[in-house]
Amino acid sequence: MDPECSRLLPALCAVLADPRQPVADDTCLEKLLDWFTTVTAAGSSLLLLQENPCLVELLFRVLKSQDLSSRILSFSLRLAGIFAAQEDCFQYLQGELLPMLFGEVGPLGGAAWTAPAVRSGWIQGLRTLAQHPSALRFLAACGAVDTIFSLQGDSSLFVASAAGQLLVHILDLAMRGPARGRCSPQACDWPACAQKIVCHIEDSLCSIATPQVTQALNVLTTVFGHCRGLWTQGLWVRLSPLVARLLEKDPVPASHSLVDLLLSVARSSVPSSDRGLWETLAQTLSHLSPTQAGPLALGILKLQDCPQALRTQAFGILLQPLACVLEAAAQAPGPPGLLGGAAGDPMTADTLLCSKSACVGLLCCALTHLGLLQPLPQRPSPWPQAPLLGAAVTVLRLCSGSVAPTSDVGGRLCAILVGCGRVQRAALDFLGALSQGAGPQESVTQVFSVLLEYLMSPESSSMVLKKAFQATLRWLLSSPKTPGCCDLDPRTQLFLRELLPVLQKRLCSPCWEVRDSGLEFLTQMTRHCGGQAGFRQALLASEVPELTKQLLQDPESYVRASAVTATGQLSSWALLAAPASPERPGAQQKSLLVELLHVLCADSEGFPRRAVMQVFTEWLRDGHADVAEDPERFVARVLQAASRDPDWEVRAQGLELALVFLGQLLGPRGSHCPCAVALPETAPPGTLAQALPEAAPPGTLAQALQVLCRVQLFEFAFRALFDCDRPVAQKSCDLLLFLRAKAAPCGSPQEAGDSPNVASVEATLQRWQAGEQGQPLGYLEPGAVMAVLRSIDLEGLRDTLAESSDHVEKSPQSLLQDMLAAVGVLGENEADCY
Amino acid sequence: MKLYCLSGHPTLPCNVLKFKSTTVMLDCGLDMTSTLNFLPLPLVQSPRLSNLPGWSLKDGNAFLDKTELIDLSTVDVILISNYHCMMALPYITEHTGFTGTVYATEPTVQIGRLLMEELVNFIERVPKAQSASLWKNKDIQRLLPSPLKDAVEVSTWRRCYTMQEVNSALSKIQLVGYSQKIELFGAVQVTPLSSGYALGSSNWIIQSHYEKVSYVSGSSLLTTHPQPMDQASLKNSDVLILTGLTQIPTANPDGMVGEFCSNLALTVRNGGNVLVPCYPSGVIYDLLECLYQYIDSAGLSSIPFYFISPVANSSLEFSQIFAEWLCHNKQTKVYLPEPPFPHAELIQTNKLKHYPSIHGDFSNDFRQPCVVFTGHPSLRFGDVVHFMELWGKSSLNTVIFTEPDFSYLEALAPYQPLAMKCIYCPIDTRLNFIQVSKLLKEVQPLHVVCPEQYTQPPPAQSHRMDLMIDCQPPAMSYRRAEVLALPFKRRYEKIEIMPELADSLVPMEIKPGVSLATVSAVLHTKDNKHVLQPPPRPAQPTGGKKRKRASDDIPDCKVLKPLLSGSIPVDQFVQTLEKHGFSDIKVEDTAKGHIVLLQEAETLIQIEEDSTHIICDNDEMLRVRLRDLVLKFLQKF
Repeated sequence: MDPECSRLLPALCAVLADPRQPVADDTCLEKLLDWFTTVTAAGSSLLLLQENPCLVELLFRVLKSQDLSSRILSFSLRLAGIFAAQEDCFQYLQGELLPMLFGEVGPLGGAAWTAPAVRSGWIQGLRTLAQHPSALRFLAACGAVDTIFSLQGDSSLFVASAAGQLLVHILDLAMRGPARGRCSPQACDWPACAQKIVCHIEDSLCSIATPQVTQALNVLTTVFGHCRGLWTQGLWVRLSPLVARLLEKDPVPASHSLVDLLLSVARSSVPSSDRGLWETLAQTLSHLSPTQAGPLALGILKLQDCPQALRTQAFGILLQPLACVLEAAAQAPGPPGLLGGAAGDPMTADTLLCSKSACVGLLCCALTHLGLLQPLPQRPSPWPQAPLLGAAVTVLRLCSGSVAPTSDVGGRLCAILVGCGRVQRAALDFLGALSQGAGPQESVTQVFSVLLEYLMSPESSSMVLKKAFQATLRWLLSSPKTPGCCDLDPRTQLFLRELLPVLQKRLCSPCWEVRDSGLEFLTQMTRHCGGQAGFRQALLASEVPELTKQLLQDPESYVRASAVTATGQLSSWALLAAPASPERPGAQQKSLLVELLHVLCADSEGFPRRAVMQVFTEWLRDGHADVAEDPERFVARVLQAASRDPDWEVRAQGLELALVFLGQLLGPRGSHCPCAVALPETAPPGTLAQALPEAAPPGTLAQALQVLCRVQLFEFAFRALFDCDRPVAQKSCDLLLFLRAKAAPCGSPQEAGDSPNVASVEATLQRWQAGEQGQPLGYLEPGAVMAVLRSIDLEGLRDTLAESSDHVEKSPQSLLQDMLAAVGVLGENEADCY
Repeated sequence: MKLYCLSGHPTLPCNVLKFKSTTVMLDCGLDMTSTLNFLPLPLVQSPRLSNLPGWSLKDGNAFLDKTELIDLSTVDVILISNYHCMMALPYITEHTGFTGTVYATEPTVQIGRLLMEELVNFIERVPKAQSASLWKNKDIQRLLPSPLKDAVEVSTWRRCYTMQEVNSALSKIQLVGYSQKIELFGAVQVTPLSSGYALGSSNWIIQSHYEKVSYVSGSSLLTTHPQPMDQASLKNSDVLILTGLTQIPTANPDGMVGEFCSNLALTVRNGGNVLVPCYPSGVIYDLLECLYQYIDSAGLSSIPFYFISPVANSSLEFSQIFAEWLCHNKQTKVYLPEPPFPHAELIQTNKLKHYPSIHGDFSNDFRQPCVVFTGHPSLRFGDVVHFMELWGKSSLNTVIFTEPDFSYLEALAPYQPLAMKCIYCPIDTRLNFIQVSKLLKEVQPLHVVCPEQYTQPPPAQSHRMDLMIDCQPPAMSYRRAEVLALPFKRRYEKIEIMPELADSLVPMEIKPGVSLATVSAVLHTKDNKHVLQPPPRPAQPTGGKKRKRASDDIPDCKVLKPLLSGSIPVDQFVQTLEKHGFSDIKVEDTAKGHIVLLQEAETLIQIEEDSTHIICDNDEMLRVRLRDLVLKFLQKF
């Protein structure tokens, strides 16, 4: 501890122990504890206490004081725990202080115990303290374990949960002792402390009160989730009969916690030693209700290695709700076991029909679980893709009321599900997930038709429509390409032709969320299929591109932003409306550039402007035709607009664009000699290196620097360097460092003269740094720029920027001073009152 | 209590309720779907329409949905629930001998008048080339092409009423306000409640002291322009008559409005015109409000909106003055002061223009592309006929149907082949089945009575079990021309006791909490009110001849025998009999009580819950002895 802190500590301890000077801010105490944790981790606690007797004194005074606030008491308990975590310090404190703090004579028996903060502090103190065998003996001696047992049922959830975790910690500590291998289940050689805890768990498991069973199961779940010792295997052998006995009760108590425990055990090292676990899991699957069994089944299927029979059973459970739906909606009685042998189980059917909430809950869970399973490598095989597609389509049709089931069950299911948005969203997500697998032609046709139905239906809510668009996108992107060419297959093309009028209508929706999802869909679709003739043809024949452009004027800023992205994407693929006249090809597209620049300069909201910057960056990167015509002018205009933008993300994106431009002029990051990279033949095709003016032969740094000076990139970057928003400054720093690194090998030191130009630039920069950013830099010579670049301590600046903004205020010394000052201020106020 | 069901149309109901000596007609809707059997009435003679093979031009008749089930001159009052449900009023008030009163709220009457005025205007302004009625003869009707030959009861179809008839009918209406209590002959009280469907639309409570019948017709729980529905007052009904649910239960109005706006924008952006066949009041206010918010976002600010109806101006202006009948939001605007509906601003900024017809100013201002709202939604008469003829040939144009009353395919039939796009966005804000089921759970009527259409899924969607009323006990259904005996009996009647009579009563407690007193009084009944008055004093014996007084008619009150109460415990009774020397006693149990058989004396004592008979053979002494023994067990007062 540094001397200054040592000097401040006594005063602080006095303040803390003084009930008349309450500490207003809880976070200070937390920071103080953090600091002590760091200090004790670095050195001896005992030494710390000996050098700073005020600390022990504080603990004593806290114990003696009657009217101290609960937060100081809680703080002291935790502080004592931190010190006592080291065994020698523990011995030092053990004689008097620790029993008084944690034993029955301490807060435990007093009025302060009613405050949850004190109980929580007591638990956390013990949790920190319990690091060595002496601690275990202490716990046994002061009867703390019994208190922890009772705290498991505490009214405060935080306290109850911490008590459970403390039990696990103590058990682990007790069993971690040297040379303990796998323990026998009888456990006569288990340490007394562990024995006591395990007996308590056993008693709880046998209890008829569900909360107790839940507590025991939660403790065990933590044990198997966190403790890696071999002893856990013995523990399981000992407790598994009791756990299995829970299944005999009807209903199964604490089923959620039971599922968590079983999955936690199955993921631990237990299964390798105990094959009985699989049996318990199988039993549990068959005993739990369909709704409760779902998460367990999913967990089992995610396990890396488990018996095939169990996996089949678990998969069956996940499939059952859908099998019921398929069965209920079947026009004629179909073959049994539509879904890989999983026939509609009567219990599942009952759950589906008993109430709307049960039905919706079960179906949503089943759909979500199967959707999560679909992309996993360990998903069940064979995967019943076709029946699952059928089920998803049927669920969606039941929800829209467009299927007419003939059976009674089907009719009731239809009445429950019709118009249910939650199931619709889950089913659409699932349908989207299924796009990753192939399906029979007939099923895929059905998928497209149900998606179209949803996209068309006026009844679809905006969220459902969003999901429908997402699912449609996934199916369109996964649809097979025509063999031998990279175009869409005829069926997909047919679908597209039907889809585009719907999209067109959705883009005119009065609900902005719908317009937005429509635009997002269009952007994604164009990004992936913009080059495919079938898509291009269908899109150009529709009014979608024109409508998209009109949405640049939408009153909702999110929609404008999406429209900017969409038009940018369309324009990249030359899919925006055809040129106005044959003589002026690209006239329309040019006007889009102007339009987007207008958005960047004039839009009152940040989202559309950010979107414009992203589009421009992408255009520059991809060599968009309009940009390639005159990249210099383009970059200059964009940077000029971005530099004035009030939104830091726009300015940051401006630096991103500048970086792309630099990369194209000087070669990408990492390559050292720009002269070589910038040569036309080695530059990546379509980059701007090709587009450098003829007059300036490429390959020379000086010319590149000339270009950068002309587009006023340096003015932009230097301004950004002193930006009040740290990410912008950091990005600018990176950019200038990159530039300097590129330029250094080729640059000549004699350029860096002490010319008046350089001096004035430096002076201006200093003013900028001080916050006066009004004055422009004016035109800069490349030489002056390089000189300035070399003179600025960019590395130092980068390091400063990397520090968090409160790094100065974070020092322990400042913390102590702040706390003292806060109390001092309080005192002054009191004086004023008199 | 009986319900006579005169209309088979669930949203245009006409029922007559006989309740406690009053005859109340609930609504008189006019089902105009029969007009679809006729050709459109063009403003300008249309060669195309008149040359259609096998058809002859007829005037627009209306189908009056009445039967000879009940003599309508006996109807005491007519309760109107909304302006759509009063369109048959002139037929009843002017042609049936009706002499009663009609009750309706002010907006209902004013807007109802506009609708009737528009209807009469549409029909009367078209010169009638021919008029024919012989075809209604069944033998001739059989020969007509389908669907005319299949139309039922064409003999009941009537010519449209005239403006005089309308005025005369409306003059019989008495205006009422929400929650106002109206006494009908002292027998029942009727109260209109806000139903949330249209300006001034109401549900009605018809109640006596002990019975309550609720009549729910055309109600809405959506937040549109009218005052919200008053559900609480419907609680504790013995019978709830439920009519006027949404006609399109599968279409959610919000989705439909979205659909309407999207299609409108798409058409106009492509340079096409949009035609919206509609009534001059109701949903049009909400549509204009939606468009007001939408047109700027959709870039349609420069597109003119035309509202053409003989009553367009009145409708738009009336809507702004009925502030007290509007929803809370709109009411508060009035205090700002601002017009409650934003269409005022549309008119001010010249975005919405209204005209009485296509003649005159409209032809000068007409600019395309545009959006036209005009009637009639059946496409058989009104200015809409002209626009259908004008725009039907171009696929750029769109007709958007928003009124759910007519089948749009049938409405379009005479205009085929049609190039213009047709969009069906029926907007019906009335209750759907989910809302009904919530409402019924909330108000818990003992019995629900509804049209039979509501008790089964729609024929086209027989699997949609959710599209029907689901309540316990199951709803009673009615169909046209049926008389329904409502399933509850009147048990009680309220009788008042005059204070002086009440003073004279001396109640005697016969068991804790129950006291009895005998009352001798004269029951006086007038205007369905019953009053117990003190009986006249016994006439003083007079020697002389005096004029006979009215009170002499009342028979002299005899000395009253005491009244008996209590029950006879058979075992104890038998013991008592034995004590008094009767032997050979047998007791038989019967369905209603017991028979005590005194075999020796050949006597029967029949003890039942409310009577005891001693049957002995002419032995008066024995009877009196037995009677006294029986009386020992009973209390007298």
